[in-house]
Amino acid sequence: MDKHEHFITAEKPDYASIDRSVIGIPLEKGFRRPWLFVFAVAFPLFIVLQISIFWLFVKGVGIWGIRIPVGWGFAIINFVWWIGIGHAGTFISAFLFLLHQPWRAAINRFAETMTLFAVMCAGMFPILHLGRPQRFYWMVPYPNTMGLWPQFRSPLMWDIFAVTTYFTVSLLFWYTGLLPDLASARDRAQTYWKKRIYGILSLGWRGAAVHWEKFNTLYLLLAGISTPLVVSVHTVVSFDFASSIVPGWHTTIFPPYFVAGAIYSGFAMVLTLMIPVRKIYHLESIITEAHLDVMAKVTLTTGLIVGYGYMMEMFIAWYSGNLYEHFLIKNVTTGPYGIMYWMLILCNVIAVQILWFPQVRRNPVILFILSIIFNIGMWLERFVIVVVSLHRDFMPSAWAMYYPTVWDWSTYLGTIGFFFVAILIFVRTLPMIASFEVKELLTHEHK
Amino acid sequence: MAQIFKPIDNTFFRGIIVGGLLLLIGWITTAIMHQWSSSQTGVGIPLAQPVPFSHEHHVEGLGIDCRFCHTSVEKSSFAGMPSTETCMKCHQEIWKDSPMLLPVRESYRTGKPIVWNRVHNLPDFVYFDHSIHVQKGIACQVCHGKVESMPLMRKENTLYMGWCMSCHEHPGHYVALHQNNQRQPPKTPTEMSYKPWDPNIDPKRVKEIRNCSACHR
Repeated sequence: MDKHEHFITAEKPDYASIDRSVIGIPLEKGFRRPWLFVFAVAFPLFIVLQISIFWLFVKGVGIWGIRIPVGWGFAIINFVWWIGIGHAGTFISAFLFLLHQPWRAAINRFAETMTLFAVMCAGMFPILHLGRPQRFYWMVPYPNTMGLWPQFRSPLMWDIFAVTTYFTVSLLFWYTGLLPDLASARDRAQTYWKKRIYGILSLGWRGAAVHWEKFNTLYLLLAGISTPLVVSVHTVVSFDFASSIVPGWHTTIFPPYFVAGAIYSGFAMVLTLMIPVRKIYHLESIITEAHLDVMAKVTLTTGLIVGYGYMMEMFIAWYSGNLYEHFLIKNVTTGPYGIMYWMLILCNVIAVQILWFPQVRRNPVILFILSIIFNIGMWLERFVIVVVSLHRDFMPSAWAMYYPTVWDWSTYLGTIGFFFVAILIFVRTLPMIASFEVKELLTHEHK
Repeated sequence: MAQIFKPIDNTFFRGIIVGGLLLLIGWITTAIMHQWSSSQTGVGIPLAQPVPFSHEHHVEGLGIDCRFCHTSVEKSSFAGMPSTETCMKCHQEIWKDSPMLLPVRESYRTGKPIVWNRVHNLPDFVYFDHSIHVQKGIACQVCHGKVESMPLMRKENTLYMGWCMSCHEHPGHYVALHQNNQRQPPKTPTEMSYKPWDPNIDPKRVKEIRNCSACHR
């Protein structure tokens, strides 16, 4: 089984050592220094998020920089950014599972968890950007006193369904995959309460053949259900823009180009998180350089698709012969936000080319830096789409500039704080690698 | 290794799952019931008023027309509340020493209007026009109920938006009362002679008035 061998190091860990290194992490006492360091940065940011949300509830969305004509600002940029990041999880766990890619085993748990937290961050923004956030449930079709349904023709409604479906399915998939590992944690736990808690969470998993049979069926089914979601969610998100008539939004290339961008940013975020974690918790024998290599390849591929998307966007705008589309090209590239566009080209089109070099793809430090650059690039892309398209549309008399306020930034950085706090708690409490899948890989290898 | 769980724990956790589901269903049911209960809608609960004015006595007993007091109902969005002078027109002569009417006489003397407690209180973001509804033949009773049999004024309907919409979706049921299978002009508590049911009313047009900005201006 040559195919699998790349993904296990020469040390060839045995079952016990995998258990020790993977299941041992949530069971260990105390915290490692780097963990505490990141927590000390992330937790204050999380508090900042809570303060920002509190102030938003008190004062309303006026505390943000959104002013007509730019009615969609940071909230939508961040929503699209986060939900894009969330795409790697399902892609890795469902898509690659169905395609029998063995390397997913070492990273799927982490990517799925990242998806869940990223979708939570994403979900906050559409709620917060409502005039009355406490009434967000009005978007849900339920028998209400107004005798009205929500506007089903609005892509914003489709968002609600797409995102909640995505979150629910991702959560089920994630938890199902956790069961055997939770049972391992239960069996290895030393204290009474750890045994009890992992025991309750593992729902009575004993590793019996009948358990595995049902588990495999369920896992395959869930993978099948999740697979369409990989493409559907960001397609629907892109409809928020594409179904409007604003130049720069009204583009048929948006759905595929958004999906590629989502997987691109998702893989970048997985790299951002996995590279330090693998170092801190000494998981190099499970998450090998071969893993970094394939992840970088996926990033490169999707990055190239995104670059193609930028090219086609410009080409079609020019080819359309439409006055407003022509102006859009001019405004995006040389307008007041031109620097943002060129930064985004630098991050997403030029920087990604470095990944052609195999040495780079296997170098954790450079990959780590690149992954952050890609995520900044994707954020800039959403900024350009949302703000630059809106701030100068059809009527020059209505043109205006958009300036984010301190509350825009604090909410955005706050969600990053929330994300990292959640990831840190996950790392410390649940097995972050699907140990049973890695063991399965070993079995294949020994054959 | 000692067992972590006892057999009874299975029952316990099943109980938690079933109980949790029941709790959730119960919570949703309670929330919906609460939304439609009088404590939330105020339907059927008479409000305390400075003077216990009886519509039953004045309308059913004495046969006073609605418009005698609510003068602007045909011309304005607001039906109008009677001035103290309107009350005093009669009550200078009858019941002029009644202790119940003390606030009315007090108001008449000082010129400060009586502060009634509003029974039909629409939120400020809703624009409602009485005149168009009355002009097009919606009887007072359709919305306000049988006011002639209410000793103290109370709400008959929730005034929820869904209630407005139910009529605007099926205006035919409310515009004309059916009697002997014939469409008839509405009968009002006092045989009001306002321009009755408009036979030319087009239910389609009423249905069109369902866009948000019709009421939320």
